[in-house]
Amino acid sequence: MCLGIPARVTQIDASGLGKVDYLGTKIRVNFSLLEEIKPGDWVIVHAGFAISKLDEQEAQETLSLLREIAAKEDDREAGP
Amino acid sequence: MKELRQRDITRALLRDIEKKTRELGGPVRIMEVCGTHTMTIHRYGLKQPLEEAGIDMVSGPGCPVCITPNEIHEACLDLLTKRENLILASFGDMTRVPTGRGSLQTAVPARSSRLKIVYSPEESLGLARANPDKEVVFFGVGFETTIPSIAFTAKKARQEGVLNYSVVASLWLIPPALRAILEAGETAISGFLYPGHVSTIIGVRAYEFIPQEYRLAGAIAGFEPNDILLGITAILDQIRNGQPGVANEYKRAVSSSGNLLARAIMQEILEEKDATWRGLGRIPRSGLKLRAPYAAHDALEKFGLSLNERSGGLAGCRCGEILRGVISPPQCPLYITACSPDSPRGPCMVSFEGACYISYKFGRRERSKKV
Ligand code: SF4
Repeated sequence: MCLGIPARVTQIDASGLGKVDYLGTKIRVNFSLLEEIKPGDWVIVHAGFAISKLDEQEAQETLSLLREIAAKEDDREAGP
Repeated sequence: MKELRQRDITRALLRDIEKKTRELGGPVRIMEVCGTHTMTIHRYGLKQPLEEAGIDMVSGPGCPVCITPNEIHEACLDLLTKRENLILASFGDMTRVPTGRGSLQTAVPARSSRLKIVYSPEESLGLARANPDKEVVFFGVGFETTIPSIAFTAKKARQEGVLNYSVVASLWLIPPALRAILEAGETAISGFLYPGHVSTIIGVRAYEFIPQEYRLAGAIAGFEPNDILLGITAILDQIRNGQPGVANEYKRAVSSSGNLLARAIMQEILEEKDATWRGLGRIPRSGLKLRAPYAAHDALEKFGLSLNERSGGLAGCRCGEILRGVISPPQCPLYITACSPDSPRGPCMVSFEGACYISYKFGRRERSKKV
């Protein structure tokens, strides 16, 4: 029920309605619960509404943390 | 974003978790509040490796289909079977939840009435616009993730004067439920893995009373396998340092005060009320109803329905204990033998977020993997 999918905004009109692209499929979404959304943004979509805008910088920080862990893992596997 | 699922990172995180639980001197029990987390843990085969790393994950109340009590299902059954010329719009899994009188899907609707499965609250309002000669009732169920969308839709119905539209509000707030679980003290847990999507709306601060008043560790996590492991790692660090808090390991989607616009819409349209959860009983201020100006769109008021809280549970089903984290699905005597997704005896076997369904679906694969 609380399943939400991350998707990219492709289109949004003045009334807050628009579309996102999820794995190549265009889905109609209501953006009325978010402020300042524009095409290209990533959002979490749940039950036909975008409920959260994904923060690019925070996402990158998590990914680089995980990449550090992966790098250490490589060292370990290559180690003595 | 492949790092969020990358296997070598998963292995490294699990090894780190194992080291930490060993330092703490034994297994650590964590409740994953959200059914979608339960799903991720099983789908990516994390349950057993986590156990081996000293983490005992127990499912919590985070399945709205499961915690909606029998009396609300029965009220919807009454609408569908007794009211003529009505469309009952519902999310799919709600329609398969058994009651003592069958489910919405097996019920025979009254004359000119029917059941319609919808995917979004807006779709239900669309049905009302398209069928002005019928009453359209939306079985609106959800946690904070879904509540703003339902509130927004009710607001729009009033603005547009769609008078044939109403909602059975089955709306549930997570923080009071967590307090109730801690107050009951039936399950010894050392931390909460907080629900990621509920948190996008309510924010980090909504949980701060838990470390403050109960000294319990916790972390918000996203829904990829490595997100969950980062959350568990943060919980272990808090335990080790003796500094319980609310770690945010889903920063890309969750902020400290949540989605303010969505929260304002909830506030505007809905008000808190005491509510009875399946399995958890009555919890103060844990539910929501439409505010007085929206009474015309409140289905219970509109059709004069009262909830019969004595309607009882489901014979033999132990969902209640599962939702409190007291037992796990295989401990229910009906599990597999008499209860399966094809013939569910309780809501936890119906919902995709139900612990019994998830255990049934993925447990077999996990068991067969072992051999
Ligand atoms: S296995 Fe079926 S009967 Fe038992 S608790 Fe789960 S849903 Fe209820």
